Amino acid sequence: MAGADMAQRLVQLLTDQRDAFVEQWVDTVVRSLRGRITEAELRRELTELYGAVLEALASGGLAPRAEHFAEVRSLLVELSRNRARQGFSPTETAISVFSLKEVLEPVLSGENDDIRAYLQFSRLLDDLGLFTVEEHGRTREEIISVQAEQLLELSTPVVKLWDGVVGVPLVGTLDSARTQVVMEKLLQSLIDSNSTHAIIDITGVPAVDTQVAQHLLKTVVAARMMGAECTISGIRPQIAQTIVTLGIEFGDIPTKATLSDALRHALAQRAAAGQAGGLL
Amino acid sequence: MTSVPVGSDPVQEVGIVASGDVVKARQIIRTLAQQSRLSLVDQTKLVTAASELARNTVVYGGGGTMRACVARDGAKVGVWVQFTDQGQGIPDLELALTDGWSSGKGMGLGLSGARRLVDEFDLRSAAGEGTTVTVVKWVR
Ligand SMILES: Nc1ncnc2c1ncn2[C@@H]1O[C@H](COP(=O)(O)OP(=O)(O)OP(=O)(O)O)[C@@H](O)[C@H]1O
Ligand SMILES: [Mg+2]
Repeated sequence: MAGADMAQRLVQLLTDQRDAFVEQWVDTVVRSLRGRITEAELRRELTELYGAVLEALASGGLAPRAEHFAEVRSLLVELSRNRARQGFSPTETAISVFSLKEVLEPVLSGENDDIRAYLQFSRLLDDLGLFTVEEHGRTREEIISVQAEQLLELSTPVVKLWDGVVGVPLVGTLDSARTQVVMEKLLQSLIDSNSTHAIIDITGVPAVDTQVAQHLLKTVVAARMMGAECTISGIRPQIAQTIVTLGIEFGDIPTKATLSDALRHALAQRAAAGQAGGLL
Repeated sequence: MTSVPVGSDPVQEVGIVASGDVVKARQIIRTLAQQSRLSLVDQTKLVTAASELARNTVVYGGGGTMRACVARDGAKVGVWVQFTDQGQGIPDLELALTDGWSSGKGMGLGLSGARRLVDEFDLRSAAGEGTTVTVVKWVR
């Protein structure tokens, strides 16, 4: 039996028992997803998918990555994305496709032609199932990178500590992207809160290397150009020793052991300069 | 010291290609430093040295690999780390190890600073031949 004939045989089988097959398919998938998706929604999805698969088979045979399967693939993209967003695993997503095999299995006649057609169909479903896994993965990655960005924003809160003094507590690993965000937010908040002093607290930073130091120094210089003073606080003993051994010099930038020391320093400076107002 | 001392723990190997890998390298070294019971100061020194060398591998070496393990040499315990790349190499080692010298926009302290932060330091490189830096920090 040639490929085209096999596709025809499948089309006939799938058309003849369409309603019954869709019903069984929905049943099987509903069970595997244990009620975490409504049956109505699933029926809509699978009915549409079934129709698209049937049409693709009728129009061009069994090559799943070929042009005539475009509609099927776009339905699967949607299905995979929804599943990924709802927190279903890749397996639970692929099962939606694979379980169509189970539906077809019992109706096979046992004739060679039928078996061959079934094997072809099963290969097709394997491929479509893997496609949903790929899409699922892609969606997860998108979600993760969006979350990473949000975290980046979240994890650098610039807070007003006192009239004219803002502070930013840095926690965790500082990579280039994050230090850039911190620097921009700090400079912006100096203006927004009309402050003359900024305190960068690095108590929560596990290591300060030349790149982090360079970013800190640049921030301080930029703040100075705007007429504001920066103090770096929270330099723990092990960090201090490492910075010194590394050879980094903070020059005339005031550094303090604790945030409260830094705040006291900033307030004293403001008092000495008779600064009641702000930057502007 | 360019090869792992006999009797050391198995060597872990990771690719150091993008700047995110520098963070990964730091985390791996931090874990090994804790396992070998380096003091907090020495942990921080080693992690910082690894951070410098990893970044050089990405920025100047065009990416490479880090190999690392808990090293055991007789009664001594420590952490052994090696960075290898097949990049442009360093034409003048002495110049590269000079405080404040950078061919780029850096502070020029990474390589020379890393040498001071560890107990053993070995730099092998030549123009066009790639670079291998091996360091060890021993528990005191
Ligand atoms: N893996 C490498 N491959 C090629 N060149 C390197 C490599 N590592 C270092 N170099 C060269 O040695 C110079 C000094 O390195 P070093 O790490 O001390 O300074 P930097 O990276 O330029 O600045 P910093 O590390 O202070 O931010 C570099 O500017 C670069 O030219
Ligand atoms: Mg460097």
